[in-house]
Amino acid sequence: MDKLLEMKGISKSFYGTQALKDVNIKIEPGEIQAVCGENGAGKSTLMNIMTGILQPNEGEIIFEGEKLTNLDPRTAQEKGISIVHQELSLCPEVSVAENIFMGRVPEKKRGMVNFKEMRKEAEKVLKRLNLDIDVKQPLGKLGISEQQMVEIAKALSINAKILILDEPTSSLTESESQILFDNLLRLKKEGIAIFFISHRLKEIFQICDSFTVLRDGVHVGDGRVADVDPDDIVRMMVGRELDQAYPDKGTEVGQNILTVENISRKDEFENISFEVNEKEIVGLFGLIGAGRSEAMQTVFGINQPDSGKIKLFDKDITANNTRENIDQGLIYITEDRKEQGLFLDMDLNANVVAADLEQVSENSLVKKKKVKDIGGKFVDIMNTKYASLDQPVKSLSGGNQQKVLLAKWLAVDPRVLILDEPTRGIDVGAKFEIHTTLRELSNNGHAVMFISSELPEILGLSDRILIMHQGKLVGELDADTATEEEVMMYASGRKNDFEN
Amino acid sequence: MENTQNSSVLKKLFGLREASLALIIIVFAALLSFMAPGFLSTYNINTTLIGLSMDGILAVGMTLVLVVGGIDLSVGSVMAFANVLAGMTMVTLGLNIWLSVLISMVLSVLIGFSISQFITKIKLSPFITTLSMMSIGRGLAYIITKGSPVSIGQISETFDFIGGGKTFGIPNPGLILILLVIVMDFLMRNSKTFRKIYYVGSNEEAAKFSGINVNKTKIMVYILCSSLAGFAGILNLARFGVATPTVGTGAELRAIAGAVIGGASLTGGEGTVLGAFLGIILVGLVNNALVLLGVSVYWQQLVVGLVLLSAVIIDMKVHGSK
Repeated sequence: MDKLLEMKGISKSFYGTQALKDVNIKIEPGEIQAVCGENGAGKSTLMNIMTGILQPNEGEIIFEGEKLTNLDPRTAQEKGISIVHQELSLCPEVSVAENIFMGRVPEKKRGMVNFKEMRKEAEKVLKRLNLDIDVKQPLGKLGISEQQMVEIAKALSINAKILILDEPTSSLTESESQILFDNLLRLKKEGIAIFFISHRLKEIFQICDSFTVLRDGVHVGDGRVADVDPDDIVRMMVGRELDQAYPDKGTEVGQNILTVENISRKDEFENISFEVNEKEIVGLFGLIGAGRSEAMQTVFGINQPDSGKIKLFDKDITANNTRENIDQGLIYITEDRKEQGLFLDMDLNANVVAADLEQVSENSLVKKKKVKDIGGKFVDIMNTKYASLDQPVKSLSGGNQQKVLLAKWLAVDPRVLILDEPTRGIDVGAKFEIHTTLRELSNNGHAVMFISSELPEILGLSDRILIMHQGKLVGELDADTATEEEVMMYASGRKNDFEN
Repeated sequence: MENTQNSSVLKKLFGLREASLALIIIVFAALLSFMAPGFLSTYNINTTLIGLSMDGILAVGMTLVLVVGGIDLSVGSVMAFANVLAGMTMVTLGLNIWLSVLISMVLSVLIGFSISQFITKIKLSPFITTLSMMSIGRGLAYIITKGSPVSIGQISETFDFIGGGKTFGIPNPGLILILLVIVMDFLMRNSKTFRKIYYVGSNEEAAKFSGINVNKTKIMVYILCSSLAGFAGILNLARFGVATPTVGTGAELRAIAGAVIGGASLTGGEGTVLGAFLGIILVGLVNNALVLLGVSVYWQQLVVGLVLLSAVIIDMKVHGSK
């Protein structure tokens, strides 16, 4: 079959850092190709060059046999190369149809919008995705997965021949992902080529035909998915053998530290009770919407429970606010590092000391030297890669941002750590390092509890597993003997050990 | 290694808003002293300093509000309200001047407190809240004076001295501004409490999740801003001896301009008191230049607008290339 797109010898550097070096990639019509690599491997840079957002320093782009030079985003789109970003880039207040035709609204006489035509066309393109929704309603009324479909529909309506999906499943549930995959296969049949960027190897093996692996800006491998197994791809991504996927489990359980008794919050969760002990990692599993984050944020003091009791070292802390809990050693590390975790425009030091200005202050004055000492110490403990402690956190890769977030919380010297999706959207290497850190903390006598939507992580890292379904705790399992299927039975509501 | 360190020091210095602003001010003043011989006269310097001191005090408060991610459009009106309240309680009720000043300050604090309550509790946007308060404050000032200025006469030598006297040859309002800038700049850079303003302005949610009391920080900031506005109003009364309901008209925009020229970001998290002070000086110098060069006063607002635009564009280019 003919190649649809070929990029040859692409190189790109930013301020002396080589982001891409002599990279080759090609795709055929109707091919779904995975682009794999750790964060910072150059995937985004490559996709930005393909869509004309960045210009390469060297190399050429050949699309349908034609060499494209000085590609800009508009031309790329008109040629049929479209990207669906990880963070959706649509207008929630505007109608679905207008979102699809943003910037290309069909007109009547004298510049008036031809709504009838626009709605008809919008419905037509949504039908290709098997989506039957009212195109007049504001986009924001739709769920995340439907919004994503609208974004794909938008690309299709510009006559996309190549569709780039950047981490499309990161905010979707399992069943929503399945609907997305069905649609991708439908588009594949229409002859549309798809670049699929994902950290989830399982998905790559489920849906992709071929793969390209980048590491540190260099093309390290490509081929047919059918010819390799997941370990091969991981090896190419990290460039070393992963001796084991998870650190050793804990051997003993210490004394009880955190006790939660029957806490409830209206419309969020009901009668949640659990304990977390020293030297133990407890994994909390549940599907999106099970109320996991809400329950944990309440334990941390972001909200107060309507009823129930929370005890730390046998002391009632139910009425505590977050400040009091932090000072007593109970912390919560958010799943949303960009919105709730980090001060992206501020430097590494300022971020690390944010949760405890007290320890870097004397007589209510912040001491710059202490800020530097603490900041440097904890980002190094987390093995964060950075150029300078003065650089803004937003200039770091996702995995390193996550490490700064952890550094910030280790700096307050916590006893009980509650982590919400601590490794979401970060690469295999950083993930392993974070798992190792958590296990070390636990072995040193800390109590660790974490929320995760990834079954392998729940089974691999936890000593004990709690499962929530629709706001209720439905199961507790020993991680040594639990299986993925068993955990899923509870999470989907088919099994419940605590029902009266 | 050494090379990169050198260049980073250079970059830091040039990247520093205050340093480049100070440089612009010095060059501008030097040029002006050649073009307009009257510029360096003690009289001109003192009048310019007095002229910008009220705006400067407002700009200090405005910086705090901008850094926390808000805005306060009511400062000019609060200034007028405090100004006429102190004057009229003295004239019509015959209160002791210091008691009048105290009442005026207490009410300024209360205005700041109520603004902060609308913003933190009812979750109104700072823009709408303070736009309303801008109208309410100005309205009160007109109601209290029935619209016309009222002279308070010679009431207290100390009060007159604060507004009209000099210390070490510097007019007192200017001296007060300089002291205020030194103290507030120090606090904004070093105080544990004031550093929280930057965290809240940079990312409110993250601040909340880091155990920073976001509402408390905002309440403090809005109270400080209104108090400083009230204080500027009283200082104006001490200076001119007239309770004037129109005082501070448009001052909120000059204060915002000064703070933004000085590096404050309208999206929060950035800005320094020293920068705002230099920004106000630059605006004051430009106005002074227009007067000395015989340009009609009607041009002043236009030119200030152009200075603001250029400052923001230059800043975008410098920051954007980072």
